[in-house]
Amino acid sequence: MRSLKVLSLFVILSMILVACGGTGSTGGAKELKVAILAPLSGPVPTFGVSTRDGALLAIEEWNAKGGVNGYTIVPIVEDSQCTPEPAVNAMNKVVDQDGVKFVIGEVCSKATIPISEIGTEKKVIVISGTSTAEAVTVDANGNTKPYTFRACFIDAFQGLVGAKFATEKLGAKTTFIMLDQANDYVKGLAEEFEKNFTAMGGTVVGKESYTAKDTDFSTILAKIAEAKPDVVYLPDYYNIVNLVTKQAKEKGITSAFLGGDGWDSADLDVVAAAGGYFTNHYSPDDPRPEVVNFLAAYGAKYKNDDGTAKVPDALATLAYDAANMLFTAMTTAGTVEDVDKVKTALEGIKINAVSGAITLDAKHNPVKAAAILAVTAEGVKFEASIAP
Amino acid sequence: MQQVSTPSQTSLPLVKTHTRLAWVGQLFFIVLGLAVVYILGKNLISNPTLFANIFISGLQLGFVYAMIALGYTMVYGIVKLINFAHGDVFMVGAFVSYFAVTRFNLHQWPLAVFPAIPPMVGVVIGSISVIILSMLICIMLAVTIERVAYKPLRDAPRIAALITAIGVSFFLEYFGALNFVFSPRFIPYERPFEVVAWYIKGGIHQVVPGTQPPDGSITFSNILLIIMLASVLVQIFLQFLVKRTKIGVAMRAASYDKQAARLMGIDVDSVISFTFAIGAAFAGLGGVLYAIAYSSIWSQLGILPGLKAFVAAVLGGIGSIPGAFVGALIMGQAESMTMGYISTPMRDAVAFTILIIVLLIRPTGIFGEPEKEKA
Repeated sequence: MRSLKVLSLFVILSMILVACGGTGSTGGAKELKVAILAPLSGPVPTFGVSTRDGALLAIEEWNAKGGVNGYTIVPIVEDSQCTPEPAVNAMNKVVDQDGVKFVIGEVCSKATIPISEIGTEKKVIVISGTSTAEAVTVDANGNTKPYTFRACFIDAFQGLVGAKFATEKLGAKTTFIMLDQANDYVKGLAEEFEKNFTAMGGTVVGKESYTAKDTDFSTILAKIAEAKPDVVYLPDYYNIVNLVTKQAKEKGITSAFLGGDGWDSADLDVVAAAGGYFTNHYSPDDPRPEVVNFLAAYGAKYKNDDGTAKVPDALATLAYDAANMLFTAMTTAGTVEDVDKVKTALEGIKINAVSGAITLDAKHNPVKAAAILAVTAEGVKFEASIAP
Repeated sequence: MQQVSTPSQTSLPLVKTHTRLAWVGQLFFIVLGLAVVYILGKNLISNPTLFANIFISGLQLGFVYAMIALGYTMVYGIVKLINFAHGDVFMVGAFVSYFAVTRFNLHQWPLAVFPAIPPMVGVVIGSISVIILSMLICIMLAVTIERVAYKPLRDAPRIAALITAIGVSFFLEYFGALNFVFSPRFIPYERPFEVVAWYIKGGIHQVVPGTQPPDGSITFSNILLIIMLASVLVQIFLQFLVKRTKIGVAMRAASYDKQAARLMGIDVDSVISFTFAIGAAFAGLGGVLYAIAYSSIWSQLGILPGLKAFVAAVLGGIGSIPGAFVGALIMGQAESMTMGYISTPMRDAVAFTILIIVLLIRPTGIFGEPEKEKA
């Protein structure tokens, strides 16, 4: 762990040195500065490292191909800590001091929202890889923020995909929904699932809420055993999923459990949750060539502590996709100077990204397929890719 | 141990208002009680198996609360301290068993040392060793807490010790949340033995893993039986300890009047330490069984079960051992029935509403002697 920290510090320092060296030397190839705002410290440092690594890989690949429109891309990495205030400081620094017009980041919605407001004000394009809150791309009046984009689908979309998978692939007619009323993420997914599942002809046979600190789900499970639904929708984080699925197995409940990307964790109890499915942004087992090539390139560039190739997580993938969206739009627009032309090109983008073929809707949210992952006792496996 | 009686120091002059309010209050509580009985009765008739399943999950919860509530009530009975750190000792018990099982495979030692014994016996002995280890470590922790945090404040006002108890509780919760201690994450708990479930429908049948029991069957597991057995044994042991042994007599004496007990040659300090140790041992046992039953642990695991066990102890009459037991069973059912027939998030609200109602209409609880406790 310590060596990893030292290593990542070294990487950051060398990035800064590279960036500074780049600005110092004029002449030669023209330079395009792109900022990467990632939470390298703070509550979710692994998210930040993945995001930075994914975006840097994309930049390296574009530079190897000769850059964007003849410009060499110079990344500027800043630590935004998944917290509004440091994120705003980092944003102001890269925009005012470094003259950056294109930003990839942040990870956390609460940090991306204030960044995007600065972007709107100063005409800087912000593309977040993984901020899923609706308010990232839409302001308080419901208008789309002109210069803010994202590479991930929003929370509600997973509910739609989950419902589609349940009815079409699993042939489910009845569902039982379990949700934590106090968690917006869980609630958003559950509401969207309920709406779409009902619209697709399914019946909700029960709906029970619990709180995040509950450990005893036996009464809810007693009701599920009575109702015998085809699927139980449980769009919560892995810790709750571990508990519920384990207790359900012990009660002999055979209904399939279905969830969202909150299940995506190394700590998911795959033995307990075996037989369940969840929607996610991407799966490393997806056989599409974009995924295979990305895995190979990422694994060659980044290694685990024991020297094995790193497998990119959803954060690295979406940061990589966000960077590719930006550079593809610049190529289409034929400019790296005119922010408005790049913005227009982004709005009409069509790209075969690693996380799926992306187009953007009017709210700058991607319309793309979601991966469905199946949980088995041996681990999590790619099941299907579901388009909206 | 008997309810302590202290002479009342002040008598309230507001008798008249008190009586009038009491009439309104009593009417309200009678209506409330009838409503509860009506709702439960209606559901019992409309779907008896669901009612039975909910009752069983309440039973499991109640017996776990009983083990924790004993610690609250015993410590209160002797030192008049509500030991809020008790719930966190319970959490430590769960974690000790987690480390013993996953890191050190302590539950497998009998089979490793004596491969010839039947596997069943090995599992039982192994699991008991895990429980005993947890209990011992909880005892050490509780005695240390008592020596460090409570003993220096024995002659200070009671509020000082209470606040210290809250401090110790927070310390254990957040020290436990450090990454190199227990970490702030939820940790899947690996059981030292397999769960076996049965269902009752025209006889008792074992649930085949991966298949759903038929409609209208009542399910229960070996965990429920173990928890009930452990809880009842603890009760019997405590009754015996308090009523029939020398240390029990000393405990009762210290509970009645510490000064007089000291004059009679009782080492009150060691009696108090002993009381903390016994309470912690049962909290440790409860922690292991709770973790086995619900299979996920984290550093703040002890807060809610601890508070609910405290409510159970108040409901039963704080200071009374059978009271804690009965109160815990009622709390388990109240929670389970709320989850079953109202909604899950309401269960904590109901639990603490019970606390308020008890304090309003009978502050001394079911088994307590009325109106002798000073405010």
